[in-house]
Amino acid sequence: MEPAPLLLELGAVVLGLAVLARVAGRLGIPAIPFYLLAGLAFGRGGLLPLPATAGFIQAGAEIGLLLLLFMLGLEYSAAELVGAVRTSGLPGGVDAALNFVPGFAAGLLLGWTPTAAALLGGVTFASSSGIAARLLEDLGRLANRETPAVLSLLVIEDLAMVVYLAVIGGFAGGALAWSRLASSALVLAAAIVVVAIALKVERRISRIVFSESDEALLLTIVGVTLVAAGAAASVRFSAAVAALLVGVVLSGPAAEAAKPLLRPLRDFFAALFFVFFGLSVNPARLFPALGVAAVLAAVTAATKHATGWYAARRVGIGPRGRMRAGTVLIARGEFSIIIAGLAGGAVSEPVAPVAAGYVFLLAAAGPVLTHLADPLSALWDRTRDRLARRTP
Amino acid sequence: MTEVRESELPGVGIRHEFTTTDGVRLSVVTHRSGRRELCVANRDDPDAFRPVVILDEEDSRTLAELLGASAVVRDLHDLKQRVEGLAIDWLPVREDSPYAGATIGDARIRTRTGVSVVAVIRGDDTLPAPGPQQGLRAGDYLVVVGTPRGIEDLVTLLRAG
Repeated sequence: MEPAPLLLELGAVVLGLAVLARVAGRLGIPAIPFYLLAGLAFGRGGLLPLPATAGFIQAGAEIGLLLLLFMLGLEYSAAELVGAVRTSGLPGGVDAALNFVPGFAAGLLLGWTPTAAALLGGVTFASSSGIAARLLEDLGRLANRETPAVLSLLVIEDLAMVVYLAVIGGFAGGALAWSRLASSALVLAAAIVVVAIALKVERRISRIVFSESDEALLLTIVGVTLVAAGAAASVRFSAAVAALLVGVVLSGPAAEAAKPLLRPLRDFFAALFFVFFGLSVNPARLFPALGVAAVLAAVTAATKHATGWYAARRVGIGPRGRMRAGTVLIARGEFSIIIAGLAGGAVSEPVAPVAAGYVFLLAAAGPVLTHLADPLSALWDRTRDRLARRTP
Repeated sequence: MTEVRESELPGVGIRHEFTTTDGVRLSVVTHRSGRRELCVANRDDPDAFRPVVILDEEDSRTLAELLGASAVVRDLHDLKQRVEGLAIDWLPVREDSPYAGATIGDARIRTRTGVSVVAVIRGDDTLPAPGPQQGLRAGDYLVVVGTPRGIEDLVTLLRAG
């Protein structure tokens, strides 16, 4: 391939994404839905085919996926994961029941295979911890009393992701076979062992990885993550889970120093990941899927809100705090896309268009709703007062 | 002593909350980076806290001193500026610490971490230059000097043994 077309095309794509990120910033919503749209526009049968850069975007998307999961693992130390399970295990179970089931049921009703339905269940289950964390920070809610409950719930979901990815990774890609089931069990066992070891020695590992030089630290971490993911994939272990586990094992000074270094890198490659996902969706199949996506979005926005409401009420939070906790969890984003894109090929063929429409709706609606949480509570109070007055 | 409620903010840091004598509810969010947000509760919504000031680690130390932290800390702070690579910290002995009720000698602090305990602060009292037979109680603060790494180790040691 001539370098000139590659550079021009890639430059144009990245500039296009830059414009979209600005627009999203102005509107106060996350950029993910816009990236998906851009991917759709470039994709098969789309407006702008990308002959020169498709290969680069695909490779970039894989790196983006690994970095997203690695940074997710980095957010939490093994001790926090264990602590969250102890304090919020019950809301976590409620969360899974209320939000996995609608997607799973919808998939079955549409006549999909159980594996594809389980993928859709994962899509509706996973709140976007990226969007939620950003909203809590931007809206100055970190000090609120309901916030520990919200964050614990997100941690539980992320932990559930490890289990889910391990299991679904075994099933996806074809028919169910015992060897796949066995490899799922192996991945799970390995994940448990890694977290257990991390509890003991994470500080020591972090010390080995840590370097005063930013450059050395960045290269070490990216290298370790890619090698771990590649090694995992070569023995049919989930590369995604491996990247996440590497993140969990790192903590302390190495993790703190790595976050600001990796963030721009992750943002770049994650954008490519979302574009690539959009590319893989056939626009002809998107429009029929939009109806399903809209219904699912409405149902699971309500169930997720109920989850947050319940988790907050459980720790003695008042109605307004419960409203904030419920609405901040509604946004779905990176994880739903990761799950939908994970299986690839024939299994995720029906899932991808629904997931794209679904994430598009909720990544935009979630932040808007939680911005309005306090006015919504006030409105609710007024309506209730009026009703109470009417019936003395 | 005022009751301070502590809760974990996974992925962010830690949150503390207490009510002042005047009935104002204050919360401090300590980010892992060392940044702190000082927040005050809204009057009409008991669960919402409004950030008032954002402090970095240096600011927090300055504010703590202005608010009347012990003179020992001030002296140590000067010392710290003189000796490169030396870290000074206050570490609480929590109720669930395995060494609450034990002595400094039991914890073998110097042997295991290389850190020296220069004083034990108990309520309003300061017990300077404690020996190995000095008892530790829940709620005590240890003023310690050592390498930053040693102090980190000591934090773990006090928490988990």
